[in-house]
Amino acid sequence: MPAVCPECEAALSLKDVIQGEIVVCPDCGVDLEVTEVQPELQLALAPQEAEDWGE
Amino acid sequence: MSRLKVSIVGGSGYTGGELLRLLLFHPGVEVAQATSESKAGEYVYQHHPNLRKRTQLQLVSQQALQPCDVLFLCLPHGESQKKIEHYFTLAPRIVDLSADFRLRDAALYQRWYGHAHTAPQHLDKFVYGLPELQREAMKTARYISGVGCNATVSNLALLPLVRAGLLDTAQPIIVDIKTGSSEGGAAVNAGSHHPEKSHSVRAYAPTGHRHTAEVIQELGLTNVHLSMTAVDLVRGATAAAHAFVKAGTTEKDLWKAYRAAYNAEPFVRIVKDRTGLHRVPDPKILAGSNYADVGFDLDAESGRVVSLAAIDNLMKGASGSAVQAMNVMCGFEETAGLEFPGLHPI
Repeated sequence: MPAVCPECEAALSLKDVIQGEIVVCPDCGVDLEVTEVQPELQLALAPQEAEDWGE
Repeated sequence: MSRLKVSIVGGSGYTGGELLRLLLFHPGVEVAQATSESKAGEYVYQHHPNLRKRTQLQLVSQQALQPCDVLFLCLPHGESQKKIEHYFTLAPRIVDLSADFRLRDAALYQRWYGHAHTAPQHLDKFVYGLPELQREAMKTARYISGVGCNATVSNLALLPLVRAGLLDTAQPIIVDIKTGSSEGGAAVNAGSHHPEKSHSVRAYAPTGHRHTAEVIQELGLTNVHLSMTAVDLVRGATAAAHAFVKAGTTEKDLWKAYRAAYNAEPFVRIVKDRTGLHRVPDPKILAGSNYADVGFDLDAESGRVVSLAAIDNLMKGASGSAVQAMNVMCGFEETAGLEFPGLHPI
């Protein structure tokens, strides 16, 4: 199933994913949550920790 | 298919040694000679110990240099231009790694190098040596220049933004570059003395670095400024290019621009990950490889873009690009002899 990364607009091709599954964008490495499978595949950014050494 | 005979003028320095490491294992060439005036007669491995038992080549004086198919010049800046007409008689194709033939304009050379060029009539015979910028011209070239390592890391950081026309060129572009010590070459100086150099972070050219001229020439930018800091690395250069994008530019526009510039490039990788340890370009993992890693970040509120690039200064910033350029010029596979992906961990 084709999809587009909402972060970087990379074209993804996903097979046999289910709603709630986390997939990784091959271009920007972001975690993506499959929010809908039907009628078309929808992806959203999954929560992630930022890197911060500025203590 | 017979191999091309290649020779290296100035084979005992770091760029000469890196060329030997690459060319000795290149499928399309045979290293015929490598010269050194001060070390003639000595074995290559005595100066490049990584090549022990891989070659029994001995360094020779330039007086013993024979005609060859491709001649690489790895001389100190200012030396190639003095004898370039002699080198023209020795080889139909030349790659000069020095700064002598990088700039097309003699006035630009004088402005940045502080003296007049001694062979300005030959400047336009050379194609600038970065394939990502000059690949088409290289295919019919006979003479190719080297590249400045700091210019390369700057050019690769800025190229996608320039090509896509996303920069607000009314604003200055500041490229902050951190470099390793091998940029300084094999000759020692007070600044390379271990107690002084070790653990040092020293801004050695906050303004006025000569490689700025190559960025001006190759990207057509005028308001661009390089700032150099030497850090505690042996190999590696990394650039953070600070610029402002035109109003309305989004991060997705930047993704499109970087992909358009680099998706088809064999040695440039976009590194912009949201997770993991390796989210941005880092020269550490590029040691010995010809890859340039490039990434970016955008402050959407101010429009400030920070374009990041990292290279091994001796590879993509010098000898690796020179071999890549030779490959293009001679019709070899562009990646021939350059497939090493680097080490991890290192």
